[in-house]
Amino acid sequence: MVCEMETDQIEEMDVEVLSSMWPEDVGTEADKQFNVEKPAGDLDTLKEVTIEETPTIADLTRLPDLLNSTHQGTSQLTNLVKQWEYMQDNAVRLLREELKNLNRQREEAEAKELKIIEDYKFESNEPENLPVLDETSDLFRKFRQKKRDALVDSKKIEIDEEFDTVAYWKQKALSLEKMLKASTERERRLVEKLHESLKTMESHAAPVQELTQNLKRAEGFLHFILQNAPIVMGHQDKDLRYLFIYNKYPSLREQDILGKTDVEIFHGGGVKESEDFKREVLEKGKASKREITFTTDLFGSKTFLIYVEPVYNKAGEKIGINYMGMEVTDQVVKREKMAKLREDNAVRKAMESELNKTIHITEETMRAKQMLATMSHEIRSPLSGVVGMAEILSTTKLDKEQRQLLNVMISSGDLVLQLINDILDLSKVESGVMKLEATKFRPREVVKHVLQTAAASLKKSLTLEGNITDDVPIEVVGDVLRIRQILTNLISNAIKFTHDGHVGIKLQVISEPSFASDNSLNADAEVDNNLTETSVWIRCDIYDTGIGIPENALPCLFKKYMQASADHARKYGGTGLGLAICKQLVELMGGQLTVTSRVNEGSTFTFILPYKVATSDDYSDDQDEFSDMTDHQSEPDDTTEGYFQFKPLLGSIYSNGGPVIGNGFLPHKVMLTTSPIKLINGFVADPSNNTGQSEIVQVENGGYVDETKLETSSGHCPESAHQYENGNGRCFSKESESCSSSQASSEGGTLEMESELTVSSQREEEKAETNLKESSKPKILLVEDNKINIMVAKSMMKQLGHTMDIANNGVEAINAINRSSYDLVLMDVCMPVLDGLKATRLIRSYEESGNWNAAIEAGVDKEILENEQVCVRSTNRLPIIAMTANTLAESSEECYANGMDSFISKPVTLQKLRECLQQYLH
Amino acid sequence: MLGLGVDRLQADINRLLASLFHQGVLDEHFLQLQQLQDETSPNFVYDVINIYFDESEKLLRNLRLLLMDREFSDYKKIGLHLNQLVGSSSSIGARRVRNVCVAFRSASELSNRPGCLRGLEVVEHEYHYLKNMMHELFQLEQQRLLAAGVRYPI
Repeated sequence: MVCEMETDQIEEMDVEVLSSMWPEDVGTEADKQFNVEKPAGDLDTLKEVTIEETPTIADLTRLPDLLNSTHQGTSQLTNLVKQWEYMQDNAVRLLREELKNLNRQREEAEAKELKIIEDYKFESNEPENLPVLDETSDLFRKFRQKKRDALVDSKKIEIDEEFDTVAYWKQKALSLEKMLKASTERERRLVEKLHESLKTMESHAAPVQELTQNLKRAEGFLHFILQNAPIVMGHQDKDLRYLFIYNKYPSLREQDILGKTDVEIFHGGGVKESEDFKREVLEKGKASKREITFTTDLFGSKTFLIYVEPVYNKAGEKIGINYMGMEVTDQVVKREKMAKLREDNAVRKAMESELNKTIHITEETMRAKQMLATMSHEIRSPLSGVVGMAEILSTTKLDKEQRQLLNVMISSGDLVLQLINDILDLSKVESGVMKLEATKFRPREVVKHVLQTAAASLKKSLTLEGNITDDVPIEVVGDVLRIRQILTNLISNAIKFTHDGHVGIKLQVISEPSFASDNSLNADAEVDNNLTETSVWIRCDIYDTGIGIPENALPCLFKKYMQASADHARKYGGTGLGLAICKQLVELMGGQLTVTSRVNEGSTFTFILPYKVATSDDYSDDQDEFSDMTDHQSEPDDTTEGYFQFKPLLGSIYSNGGPVIGNGFLPHKVMLTTSPIKLINGFVADPSNNTGQSEIVQVENGGYVDETKLETSSGHCPESAHQYENGNGRCFSKESESCSSSQASSEGGTLEMESELTVSSQREEEKAETNLKESSKPKILLVEDNKINIMVAKSMMKQLGHTMDIANNGVEAINAINRSSYDLVLMDVCMPVLDGLKATRLIRSYEESGNWNAAIEAGVDKEILENEQVCVRSTNRLPIIAMTANTLAESSEECYANGMDSFISKPVTLQKLRECLQQYLH
Repeated sequence: MLGLGVDRLQADINRLLASLFHQGVLDEHFLQLQQLQDETSPNFVYDVINIYFDESEKLLRNLRLLLMDREFSDYKKIGLHLNQLVGSSSSIGARRVRNVCVAFRSASELSNRPGCLRGLEVVEHEYHYLKNMMHELFQLEQQRLLAAGVRYPI
């Protein structure tokens, strides 16, 4: 049992008030609690406690050694000695007080005696009766002496004089003797008492007994305090071997511990640490505390708060350490929990504030964007006003300089407008308002159309080409509008920066790019649609042979309002938003837009996008009559063609270089033939070749036409004759007017328009004729029943600078020809009442026979023809050109067989009409 | 309308046309039709298309009446009607209507009644689609004309 007395508490040292056993900063609460406790009240329990044998493990033989050899031990002994001395002082003080009391008692007794003597004045000369106790009585004696001196004289005189009787003196002597006796007795008792007290003093003087008692009490107190404390205390020597240990819950026996080191006793985590810690303390010579978590087989995982202080011997050498451990596992757990909670709290708070900040920023951003959009809108309106006014101004009369200034103004205004539109677009994308649509479309057609559009507005001599590899599906699903927007944007960009060479689009299927694989959203979508659809990644390159982009400008290329350089911005204009929008759109669709470029060699913009592909199942479902008839078959070239080229300065934007690659064609065709409506298919295949076939026919006809030209050239000679007939023609048109109006009344409302039309055209004709009376204007007759075709043909004729008469069927045509002479007849084959073939035959027979008998036989109104037979004349062969829709019933052979000179396949185009007129009217 | 959206409207019109071409609803004949329009006939396209719709409506009505008749056998008449429709459709460049009409006609030539009925439905569908699209186009065109026509006093 070790007692560590704090040396600085000597002043208050008392048996009852033992100083704390703990280091000052450990458990001060508990300390106080123990300090206020009055051991007096607990004495009984203390006794019980001390009787109990506490589970103390201590090497009692070594304790005295330790106590004698260490500072701690010395101070303990010193304490005890001091305590004892203090108690001795106390005892002396008590004795003195007692002595004082006794003296006082004696004085009182003497005073009483004096009083008695005074009462009895007669006693005077007894000089013997002197207290000799001590110096304090001297004064008294002197006083009494004086008194007695004064009194004795008178007394003696009195006695001498008055009393002479023996009895009286006898009595007096007796009483005095008694008093003397009592006094002597008292004196003797006092002396006895003094002796006695001296004796007790002697008996008290043995300090060992006292010390032992104190020690016992201290021990008892410690036991009382420590019996339930979860504390391990111990002392270890320089080699850290336990010399003694106190443990409330011993799991090892004394002999297992003493003389061993920690490392020898325990195994597991923390043991080494504690060993090192103790060693460190021993080396530094400074007491310290540490928390160590032990994980041993013996008592599991526990955390101990360990206090270690070095122990010195009297010579100031270290001889070991005192060690005290307290299990704080629960506290540590709680503390850790608290720390964790606090940490969580802090983290949460931080997150909250972060979130608040983000929300704030987002709100600000949204507000800013909203404001930008509003601003853009607000700016646009007045700006439109400015530009509009400028445009209007440009229509007024201006000199050259003014016009130049105005043009600059307009183009700047347009630029700003474009910029604002782009901003609006961009803010739409950024604020997530822009929604993507999924529509089925054909990449080839999209590419073709984009190129067509670009070619149409092309002002440079560039070759535009499109190249699509065969593995690109015919139909994919995506937002075609946005894709077109991107393509158009990139193409127009490419064209803008390319001065010669070529610009092109290349489509190819690639495997899934790396950036997409971690795109979980996309993966989800793929999984979702896995059953019906598969994804395909198509890479689209837009390449040019333009000025290229310097490498240092590449990073900011896709940034808003950035152009490769200020120079370019000046030279080429543009808002610098186009590429940013493209990039955003591509990313919105889950793709990636990149660029590679070399200065002066060209740039290639590449975007990779995922598309969904309808599976073959889906595809065949789609193959209903509709798409069959409308798209697939009518233009098989369009769907599978892999290469387009638009050369500079091509007349028509619709003529392309022709299908160079058409590999996809065959399977497609096979598919079609297996589709359910074979009959229709078989037929529909025909018109798909329509244009090509007719072209061939035309070429073939070339030879034939030449012949007819030769043949008819003579017929064209008497031009005057035709002119002469003009008057007649006018007459006819009036008739025709009345005729058609009567028709209108009979047939109903819809025809009115047509009749008006004919009337107006006839009026125009009249006007033209009156204006150009002498001009050699060829007369043309159009025989056609379809109003639409009439209108279109008429309008075409007008563009070609001709007018023409209209007949609605074969009979009308015959009547018209009968009345007037024409230079050319355009004859529809398929007509009600009398079709074109028959009418032609009749006309030819009239030309041969000079009469309309054949026609009359055929049922044409006899009267009219007969009336007109008056002006029968020899006519030359009238060129009749068939207009055929190229159906089975209208084969070219039939046309020629019936006396027609040529034919135009329907629908009539301006080009065909022009060629035809050139051939037959000159 | 201050007449300031001309460009935008024109762009819209072009976009619509492009999509119609893209879908194969229209073909180059429609463009030709547009080219035929000039100052002397500013509403040429509109007029032609309108007449086309009037005529076609009538034809379709007749076709439906003919086909609905139970004792119907006059396939020739149907062929005539269809010829008309094919002719006018190809003239204005209504490619899809024309194509479905051709298919219809071939069914009528084979006196294939179910084929005819199906053909009629398809033709009607295509026709209405075309009509809607044209309606939209003309509306845009009208707006554009209005916008373009705005003149401010100088």
